[in-house]
Amino acid sequence: MIQADEEALLPAYVRRIPAGGYRSLNPLTKLTLAAVSAIVAFGVRGWTGPAVVLVVVVSSALVAGVLRRMAPFALATLPLVASILLVNTFLYPNAHDVIAVFGPLSPTWTGATAALQATLRVVAFGLSAALFALTTPIDDLLGELERRRVGRRGSFVVGSALGAIPRTVERAREVVDAQRSRGMDTEGRLWRRFRGLVPLIGPVLFGALAEVEERTMALEARAFTAPGRRTILRSLPDSGWQRAARWLLLVGSIAAVVVSLAGAVKLP
Amino acid sequence: MSAETAASVGAAASGKAAARAGLVLTGVGYRYAGASAAALVSIDLRLEPGRVVGLVGANESGKSTLCLVVAGLAPGVIGGRLDGSVRVDGVETATMRPHELAQRCGLLFQNAATQLSNTTSTVFEEIAFGPCNLGLPAAEVVGRVWWALRTAGIEPLAPRDPARLSGGQAQLVALASVLALRPGYLVLDEPTSELDPAGTRLVAGALTRIARETGAGILVVEHKTDVLAQIADEVVVLERGAVVLSGPAAVTLADPRLVALGVEAPAAVRLERAVRASGIEWSAALAEAIE
Repeated sequence: MIQADEEALLPAYVRRIPAGGYRSLNPLTKLTLAAVSAIVAFGVRGWTGPAVVLVVVVSSALVAGVLRRMAPFALATLPLVASILLVNTFLYPNAHDVIAVFGPLSPTWTGATAALQATLRVVAFGLSAALFALTTPIDDLLGELERRRVGRRGSFVVGSALGAIPRTVERAREVVDAQRSRGMDTEGRLWRRFRGLVPLIGPVLFGALAEVEERTMALEARAFTAPGRRTILRSLPDSGWQRAARWLLLVGSIAAVVVSLAGAVKLP
Repeated sequence: MSAETAASVGAAASGKAAARAGLVLTGVGYRYAGASAAALVSIDLRLEPGRVVGLVGANESGKSTLCLVVAGLAPGVIGGRLDGSVRVDGVETATMRPHELAQRCGLLFQNAATQLSNTTSTVFEEIAFGPCNLGLPAAEVVGRVWWALRTAGIEPLAPRDPARLSGGQAQLVALASVLALRPGYLVLDEPTSELDPAGTRLVAGALTRIARETGAGILVVEHKTDVLAQIADEVVVLERGAVVLSGPAAVTLADPRLVALGVEAPAAVRLERAVRASGIEWSAALAEAIE
């Protein structure tokens, strides 16, 4: 690990320490919070689990100042949420408390309740992942994982793939523009938009695969596979209470799931 | 502090040029895995330290394949079959591992976007990526980064986000990233193909400076023969994977066979031909005026 006198050689913009109550937490603490949110949102029965996660995530987002920027992430869950609502409300097995009858379909109160609960879980999890992504730069997380000798290659591949998303979106836009210039109608009604997706998939997919090969070679040309330990230029602050909190959160969330599943405590 | 470290790194880099045997290809042939025909046939090529060799040819003539072979990525990383010998300063590339080769022969692709790691917040850290991979002491990493930034002429970009650079700037950052590994030779595959005239000038200027100041031998694939006329000492023309023309840049780029080989002559050469064809006498004074 880099020594304090060596760190002084780095320019201030490299030595940067994230500021703010939530942002200044160590990336591993934020990663633990995201993982614990997933465990509690999906593992604790009833409304309590997802509701607690949602309250914690929204409060943290307010503190971190990223609440508005989380809207696209919430919207991204819409397709999944819509399918959950439809399937559960109309096709919930062994539910007889029918709300109304629409021909062969009969939505039930039990199904609707289960659907809303599942929706809350998905949204809570989606927002906790968004909070993590919006408050943790990829290089901060990779640096911390490498410092702890956690799969350098694996963590880099994940980090690099996330970082490449804007490039893939840009490529998709270029392909759409190219298809439009050749007369393909990609706007207007939903069906037309969907039809416009088909010729988009091939070029984007194959383009991305070709890029992967070039990226692999470029990494080799930058000594990525060199043996031994990588130099980590900057270390982020961590503390005893954060380390303790990480363990407590993990153990506590698993305990909460076990208690909930065992039915030892009645939760709403 | 950073300037001193960069200066010592720079001195070490140019000192290395003195005792180098060059990058030498002898009878090199290469066939991609699963391909029925060879992509390169019996290539002999020599790249001396401090010299710039331009590589031109029509599409599919084997230029990019030759770059991969010279840099040891073919067959080292992508497979295939290599015949003949590729030696960097007397050492056979086939005996070296990719990270060892990266420190002797750097490779720059035409698309800067695929060369950047996507995992750094500043250009400084992006350039430090390679030296950090080698596990060098932090002070050495910092020195190399400053030196590479200065050599590529992009020091003001150091605090910038690599994802928010222009095409020319991104290509220079990719070049500096390769330089930071301090290779004795650079192989550049169409480094200006996606750049506008201003970006092209930036990269061409940087290459001339690098060859002069660091003693690096540079092999550059380039369709823009005007750029080669400015920066190359020699030019090699490929056709169907074989060398069909080679020699000093001024002579090769003026060769009348170039057009038939799918390569456009530089503007100055075309102008001279047009002037002569119209019956006007071509004089040294006129050539100098055009220069």
